[in-house]
Amino acid sequence: MSATAEHSIAEPTPGMKRRVSLARLAPYLQAAPLTLILGAFLVAPILMIVVVSFWDYDFARLYPDFVTYNYTETLGSWVTWKTYLNTLKFSAIVWALTLCIGFWVAYFLAFHIRTTAMQIVLFLVCTVPFLTSNIIRMISWIPVLGRNGLINAALVESGLVPAPLEWLLYSEFAVVLAMVHLYTLFMVVPIFNTLMRIDRSLIEAARDAGANGWQILWNVIIPLAKPGMAIGTIFVVTLVMADFITVQVMSGGQSASVALIMKNQMSLLQYPAAAANAVVLLVLVLLLVAGILRVVDIRKEL
Amino acid sequence: MDHEKRTGGFYLLAAFFILFVLFLYGPLSAVLILSFQGPSGGLTFPLNGMSLHWFANLFEQQAVGDFGGSFRRSFILGLMVMSVTVFVSLLAGLAFRRRFFGSTALFYVAVASLVVPSIIISLGIGVMFQQIGFRPSWYTSAFGAHLTWTLPFGVLIMFAVFNRFSPAYEEAARDLGAAPWQTFRHVVLPMIAPSLIGVGLFGFTLSYDEFARSLMTAGTYNTLPLEIYGMTTNVTTPVLYALGTVTTVFSLLVILATLGGIVYLGRRRARG
Repeated sequence: MSATAEHSIAEPTPGMKRRVSLARLAPYLQAAPLTLILGAFLVAPILMIVVVSFWDYDFARLYPDFVTYNYTETLGSWVTWKTYLNTLKFSAIVWALTLCIGFWVAYFLAFHIRTTAMQIVLFLVCTVPFLTSNIIRMISWIPVLGRNGLINAALVESGLVPAPLEWLLYSEFAVVLAMVHLYTLFMVVPIFNTLMRIDRSLIEAARDAGANGWQILWNVIIPLAKPGMAIGTIFVVTLVMADFITVQVMSGGQSASVALIMKNQMSLLQYPAAAANAVVLLVLVLLLVAGILRVVDIRKEL
Repeated sequence: MDHEKRTGGFYLLAAFFILFVLFLYGPLSAVLILSFQGPSGGLTFPLNGMSLHWFANLFEQQAVGDFGGSFRRSFILGLMVMSVTVFVSLLAGLAFRRRFFGSTALFYVAVASLVVPSIIISLGIGVMFQQIGFRPSWYTSAFGAHLTWTLPFGVLIMFAVFNRFSPAYEEAARDLGAAPWQTFRHVVLPMIAPSLIGVGLFGFTLSYDEFARSLMTAGTYNTLPLEIYGMTTNVTTPVLYALGTVTTVFSLLVILATLGGIVYLGRRRARG
């Protein structure tokens, strides 16, 4: 942009020439640290996982080899398939809930709060918990949902239930609740961002043309908010697909996820088996993301 | 939509928003309150008296493992991740302002870094270090693992910042005879400083709270989230909540200090 303008103006004097070639080199130098770090700590480890997933192993060490039974073993087992289905089920439920909650929260902030200062304050109120520890936020449900927790105490006290509900904590319900609690922010922020960029005159125009509130929402706002929803979806779906700690802590060991299987294999030092699961999970996640990216061009939305 | 009478929809949504905020903060405040549980109190309400017993307990080494050490490691690691994230994201953001060979590929690798499950990064780096013969530690392998999480956030934020950044300011500075470095130092940098502070905040807090990426990469010495995780499985007293309160208050202080910094910069720019 600015660089091309500079080039077209610049006369090719010797000194200028050096500056132009330096200017051409500059982006490569500037991008080098990012490239090196991602190469060393993202690309190389993933390649390593792909390689190791074909290795043999015993309790003591790994043996470089080319065997496929890490894959056949995991994909041939009914438990693995059930766990994948379970992980996808959590993703779908949490996605639907976070999308609904996230959209309305963002909509309220973007369209119903009139002053920018108030918008910033309320936005920060929503964002601050995201910057505190996930594990602590998970643990914080124990005194609320537990057998003697606040909700059960209130329910029993009021006579609504005869005995404390057992399914509030250490259940799939608790897993979904904690995930919604942890991840809704990832929906609110991108949707809020797109809603703020909607040209308000479009809404005026729709109203002048006789559209009622619901029609404006359905035919103007929601279609324009789709990119934000897509970006939020990428965050939420990949976070839930990768989750093991929420499932472990909140289900009390009664539920499983793919990443939890991996974690257990890792603690048993079965790295090639974990690597095979990692490859399958990674392919699945990347396919999901590629599917969502067909809806939205991230570079344009930033 | 401005300057209209509040409708029923507004009150409905306002109620929904308040419920959402309660949902976000309610459980956390339960932990804050219960951390002041009396010495004989348990993990749930009611409060059995008020005391600082569990905070005192937290600092007794044998009770909860190595709280002080793990906090120090997480804090230093957070600072390291923060500085590198700010510096590298800024450079990458500048790079992406121009076309260069491989820019699209690099951009999508950064996005991939955001979507690859963290446990896969953890496993990959752990196994890679093991095979090369390096010893994993919090300041090498975990450092790199955390960067794969904070850098994409930083890069995407800088990308968004420079997308909205008008080149007119730099052209004006150049026309007035500023050298490229002067233009950057006195024109660009002050304008993007608040965003850089934001990137720094992300870098620090994401690293400070990161669990999954540290799991296989932290080596012998635990970071704070690993320590907390260990406690969830074997500590059944409110000392867990005391730890939760201390780390949360610390996070809040960091956030407040950062916001204060951004506001201060804004004021100074408005004055000068």
